[in-house]
Amino acid sequence: MASSVSGATQDSAVSTGNVTRVFIYLVLILFALFYLLPLYVMAVNSVKPLAEITGGNMMALPRDWTLEPWGAAWSTAQIGVSPTGLKPYFLNSILMVVPAVAISTVVGALNGYILTKWRFRGDTWVFGLMLFSCFIPFQIVLIPMARVLGLLGLAGSVPGLILVHVVYGIGFTTLYFRNYYAAFPTELIRAAQIDGAGFFRIFWRILLPVSGPIAVVSVIWQFTNIWNDFLFGVSFGGTSQPVTAALNNLVQSSTGVKEYNVHFAGAILAALPTLFVYIVAGRYFVRGLMAGSVKG
Amino acid sequence: MRGYFKAKMTVAAALLASTAGMAAAEDVEVLHWWTSGGEAAALNVLKEDLAGKGIGWVDMPVAGGGGEAAMTALRARVTAGDPPTAVQMLGFDIQDWAKEGALGNLDAVAQAEGWDAVIPAALQAFSKYDGHWIAAPVNVHSTNWVWINKAALDATGLGEPTNFDELVAVLDKMKEAGITPIAHGGQAWQDATIFDALVLAEGTDFYKAAFVDLDPAALGGEKMAAAFDKLIKLRSYFDDNFSGRDWNLASAMVINGEAGMQFMGDWAKGEFLKAGKVPGTDFVCIRFPGTQGAVTFNSDQFAMFNVQGEGKQAAQAAMASAIESPAFQSAFNVVKGSVPARTDVPDTDFDDCGKKGMKDLAEANTAGTLFGSMAHGHGAPAAVKNATYDVITAVVNGEYSDGASAATALAEAVAAAQ
Amino acid sequence: MAEPAQADFRTRLQDWLPKIVLAPSFAVTLLFVYGFILFTIVLSFTGSKMLPKFDAWVGLANYQRLFSLPEWKIALVNIAIFASLYIVICTLIGLMLAIFLDQKIRGEGALRPIYLYPMALSFIVTGTAWKWFLDPGIGLQNVMHQWGWESFQFTWIKSNTMAIYTIVIAAVWQTSGFVMAMFLAGLRGIDNEILKAAQIDGASNWQLYRRIVIPLLRPAFLSAFVILSHLAIKSYDLVIALTNGGPGRATAMPATFMYSYTFTRNEMGVGASSAVIMLMTIAAIMVPYLYAELKEKK
Repeated sequence: MASSVSGATQDSAVSTGNVTRVFIYLVLILFALFYLLPLYVMAVNSVKPLAEITGGNMMALPRDWTLEPWGAAWSTAQIGVSPTGLKPYFLNSILMVVPAVAISTVVGALNGYILTKWRFRGDTWVFGLMLFSCFIPFQIVLIPMARVLGLLGLAGSVPGLILVHVVYGIGFTTLYFRNYYAAFPTELIRAAQIDGAGFFRIFWRILLPVSGPIAVVSVIWQFTNIWNDFLFGVSFGGTSQPVTAALNNLVQSSTGVKEYNVHFAGAILAALPTLFVYIVAGRYFVRGLMAGSVKG
Repeated sequence: MRGYFKAKMTVAAALLASTAGMAAAEDVEVLHWWTSGGEAAALNVLKEDLAGKGIGWVDMPVAGGGGEAAMTALRARVTAGDPPTAVQMLGFDIQDWAKEGALGNLDAVAQAEGWDAVIPAALQAFSKYDGHWIAAPVNVHSTNWVWINKAALDATGLGEPTNFDELVAVLDKMKEAGITPIAHGGQAWQDATIFDALVLAEGTDFYKAAFVDLDPAALGGEKMAAAFDKLIKLRSYFDDNFSGRDWNLASAMVINGEAGMQFMGDWAKGEFLKAGKVPGTDFVCIRFPGTQGAVTFNSDQFAMFNVQGEGKQAAQAAMASAIESPAFQSAFNVVKGSVPARTDVPDTDFDDCGKKGMKDLAEANTAGTLFGSMAHGHGAPAAVKNATYDVITAVVNGEYSDGASAATALAEAVAAAQ
Repeated sequence: MAEPAQADFRTRLQDWLPKIVLAPSFAVTLLFVYGFILFTIVLSFTGSKMLPKFDAWVGLANYQRLFSLPEWKIALVNIAIFASLYIVICTLIGLMLAIFLDQKIRGEGALRPIYLYPMALSFIVTGTAWKWFLDPGIGLQNVMHQWGWESFQFTWIKSNTMAIYTIVIAAVWQTSGFVMAMFLAGLRGIDNEILKAAQIDGASNWQLYRRIVIPLLRPAFLSAFVILSHLAIKSYDLVIALTNGGPGRATAMPATFMYSYTFTRNEMGVGASSAVIMLMTIAAIMVPYLYAELKEKK
């Protein structure tokens, strides 16, 4: 048990017997299978010809492998009047997601910095009020939001969508950064102030360099939420609809033969960016949560 | 340096303005939910037609729930003051939007092309508001059809059923033969489609009183109770797995002989044809037993919104005119499975079921037995339609054991929703 | 003479700068959150149908109608069943997986993303796969039959009484891994010295967790509860994807009710009144929590 000596971030010091360990592994693996099941069903059926799907077992491996459904979903499937596949919609999503995530993260970081290091009377009230925005059901804001976007001249445009996502994202990002910066020693800030460093300089030089872990949490959270959004995209996206709206058009078509293999391929394609982010940045996610939001 | 930058900006601004201006003059933006292969092919006929006239097509497809998602997106667009040029719409939704003052005026095109004379009055009730044309009807779907697997019907030794008792006899035989007698999908609108036909079978006057005039006595009365009792009876011929099933999967059950028949609108025909089945030899299309001579319909229309600017309005008018041209009406409806929205289109390109549909429509139109389908939003506005869905679906899912109590509930629900 | 005045301006600017930087976020929140909530409250007292109309006041009629609708009652019962099961099961599974993963597990790096990834997917993506899985004709039941277990039955999604539990399963699938991550972060934050001291005192593993570790995880429990409860009240996508409120209306929820009355039934006033009830419920959960949390840190 030599490893348990090292600090608090290491694994638990609790030791367990062999029988218990086998049981633990069994449970962990069973749950892993449970979590993987829908993805497995999607993946395995996306490489089967349609005939094999309609008559067969949804769990079975394909007898004839085919990548045609993937090609179709990407570039030739019927989305609207023209058979464009999901391809053009990816760009729309990226144009919307990248600025929205960047802006909401930067704003959240600044807010968190102010709310912990430049405290003023009533700052907890301000924070509490901002936090409640995380919990508002999006369906109720649809109509008034449409009116406001119309007045701003941003209706049916990518900048309008970015605005919407930033507005309803800063509650979360502020929460993350505030809790993270709360643990950062305020004395260092005061010392820098005495040395004559200003508001932005302190943020840039002292806080930003240590913000990595929580920035990852914020980016992951915002990226998945915004990428997966359908309601706002379809209502405010105008002609630059995001990929979720296109996927919806692909799988929801009302008549005709349902090409399940193409639907599944399209679904995985649309989910690839978020999956990628979770898998690549997943380890930082727990670390960031640890540093920030949970300890509170 | 600064001067250069400024000059560049001006050029960019001018470019932007000119392209925006061009787009405004020549594009139509179309919100619709026709995204499946066949439907999109049908719509492409229109797109090509407009392209020939130099009018661009900005596509805005929003699929899902028979247009529900599209209607939500539309509400956001209109509230934002940025409505599309034309929106695919059904029945009372058109009238509701007209009431909000959101729709444009097509009187000039309609007069020039004589729409009043060729489009059935029952359709005009939806395409006109306050005496003005506001929408261009694309097609007429009739909803009181039965699609029967010919082999399964022949195996019963009985003929095509013409009333409810004969229908039950056929269904019993099919059950004995070990197939699912009725292929049904348990979704509210499919439940309601069957019920529409049952109410129509109780008499055309009764259908009108209950589902068009919303007469409380008819809604809660004995005939309605009888219709619900028949629905409870039909329910016993579904398989266990019916709830949530898409209609086209139910059609597939009839096509491959797993099930005997399906009650569904004429769009189901497309599924049979695509599977290589021939009307009359592989499957038969009949009117729902007891409703021959009457037609319940729904009609896809393009509601034309209040767009600003002469160029846009001209493009809108050109689109409306293209929709009503007999050539497009024929081409579109042959692909879509529906029948033309005007009665003077030749039926030469249509198959047997299509020809029968056109003949039935024309007859019902003259006889005054052409009614809007409640299930498809052509009987009453959305609030009432959904209130009837609530009761009908509850019956289909076994929440009521007798028709009389369901009829009482229906009358109450409709009254509360008005 | 100009020197001190300028310095004075600079310090005053420095004083004001934080508030100036924070102001846009706050203003935006006031308008887009509280302004819109106010809008919804006002709307709920009007007879609005298709679009908002503020010229026909109906008093409490929308609320009366709301509570007379059987569908709303079903939605309330459903949310009670769903939310309680969902919160309890997610918390239990999340806690168990976190404790197990914290036992120096080989392959933790591979397991963790597997547990987490469902949170990355929307039900627009996984809806079809779930529908398949739950459908007796294609899904689990069919697979079991093909594998030789002929008597296996799994028809919940087709049953009026059981369908709501299939929604719980899918919801737990989506978020329990995320709850696991929160607990894992909490566990990793606990000082090992405390645990070792307890072990030396002869505490068993069970006692160790029950008496020491779980009480120390209180902040994680609270965060999990808040996140799960608001996700439960907002649940919309998964109901639409799995059952669309069916069979019949057996799985209607407040969020689906509100959407349907506002946008598809053209009874915007009634929809708004249901939204107000939902917001009040969320506030009833959130406000005490926020108050306690923020008070503590002063």
